[in-house]
Amino acid sequence: MSEWWTYGLRDLLLFSQRTYYRLYELYNLEWWPLQIVALALGIAVLALWRRGGDRAGRAIAAILALGWLWVAWAFHGQRYASINPAAGYFAWAFVVQALLLLWFGVVRSRLAPAPSVRMRQRAGLGLFLFALLIFPLIGPLLGRNWTQAELFGMAPDPTALATLGVLLAINLRHVGWLFPVPVAWCLVSGATLWAMDVPEFWIAPLLAVGSVLMQAWPRRPGK
Amino acid sequence: MNAPPNPTRRRLLASIAAAPLLGSAMAQAQPARPATRAIPSSGEAIPRVGLGSWITFNVGNDRAARDASTEVMRAFFQAGGRLIDSSPMYGSAQEVIGYGLARLGRPADLFAADKVWISDGAEGRAQMETSRRLWGIPRFDLMQVHNLLAWESHLPTLFAMKAAGQLRYVGITTSHGRRHDELAQIMARQPLDFVQLTYNLFDREAEQRLLPLALDRGIAVLVNRPFQQGALLDRLARRPLPPWAAEIECSSWAQYALKFVISHPAVTCAIPATTRVDHVRENVGAATGRLPDAAMRARMAAYVAGR
Repeated sequence: MSEWWTYGLRDLLLFSQRTYYRLYELYNLEWWPLQIVALALGIAVLALWRRGGDRAGRAIAAILALGWLWVAWAFHGQRYASINPAAGYFAWAFVVQALLLLWFGVVRSRLAPAPSVRMRQRAGLGLFLFALLIFPLIGPLLGRNWTQAELFGMAPDPTALATLGVLLAINLRHVGWLFPVPVAWCLVSGATLWAMDVPEFWIAPLLAVGSVLMQAWPRRPGK
Repeated sequence: MNAPPNPTRRRLLASIAAAPLLGSAMAQAQPARPATRAIPSSGEAIPRVGLGSWITFNVGNDRAARDASTEVMRAFFQAGGRLIDSSPMYGSAQEVIGYGLARLGRPADLFAADKVWISDGAEGRAQMETSRRLWGIPRFDLMQVHNLLAWESHLPTLFAMKAAGQLRYVGITTSHGRRHDELAQIMARQPLDFVQLTYNLFDREAEQRLLPLALDRGIAVLVNRPFQQGALLDRLARRPLPPWAAEIECSSWAQYALKFVISHPAVTCAIPATTRVDHVRENVGAATGRLPDAAMRARMAAYVAGR
């Protein structure tokens, strides 16, 4: 595109807020009651987290990878692509994240819950709980239909935020590769919501940037 | 390149069509039809308000939203509208238009305007053929180079297609006031039938050079973003419609804004987009009844500028 730098985000927007959230509505209705399974998997992550150990870490990584793969195919590929030509690229990015989670978390077992900085642990747990339980309520509380709720494992934003929560809380061992895709998605999503005048556009980008800053916190286990 | 035909007589016809008072006596006897303006290169008259599809018709696979878009198109044709504009850049909009046209029985009055938007000139024909299939029509009336993208490659293709009867008019577009210098050069040198640009009560740069040039060169003008994607109406909504707007039969800010745009002597047709049946009727209705003359246009612009 010529003179691309002169285009603002709103100039590039191809769909309305109404169409975007109607996408979630149709998606949720199509896959109901899979949302219950997704919620159960989210709760399972919490239980595994509490248990700790390598096997629990592998299982958490596998659940997260499953969520990323599902969102790549069912949301980006089957739904979002119908209104946004860039959704195909988003789908591939989500597949890459799933593969990274499988490689580092399942194959190499580097997501094992282990002592971490207490502040980061709490922040990670808080972010995961927020993504699992609070994030889906934001839209309905702002007046959108319940059927348009965005859920962990089903919708991209809470899946990305929940993943960042897990990454924050565990004692990461050289798995910085797992951060770029969820953080980038949160920034892209925030920009899209801003262009559509969605009031809560700032939430995902702010939390993503916050998680990166928290990750840079000095590592002193147990303190 | 050939020079465009002498547009003097056509401009005269166009100016007659643009007369401020348009059959008010007839209007009382039958539903008002929108005023038309002639395309300078052919003399063919088209209604002065069309239908854009950016954002509004990109509804994907949502059947209910597609049906709603179809109703917008139905109301548009019933009100006397003809020109619908789209682009391969607009997501599913072309497919949604095709869906609607099929359900409306492919209205014979349709004036189909689309764009070629691809950086590789060699792929232009294939993209236009895909667009044509999505619309479900035998050919486009107007094909435009979208945002001047690879115009050097696409324009010769479009002129060849026009010569072969594969489309009827050739145009080029810009929006948001971008690349006016380059567009002016193209308008001065190429035998264009149409140019599409942004013009509205607040974005009036086109008045300085492009609109006079279009008039001089006999190029029809389609106006995009007449409401600045709604922002213009949001700004105006804070103020009351002036009482004297009744003199030009304005009942809303949308009609005020549209009447201002389409009453410019160089403007052939404005293409506002909407998702609402009442709005599309209101938009096409702006081309009925009185249109502002030059003095009224100046008054309208001064009022919204707060002068």
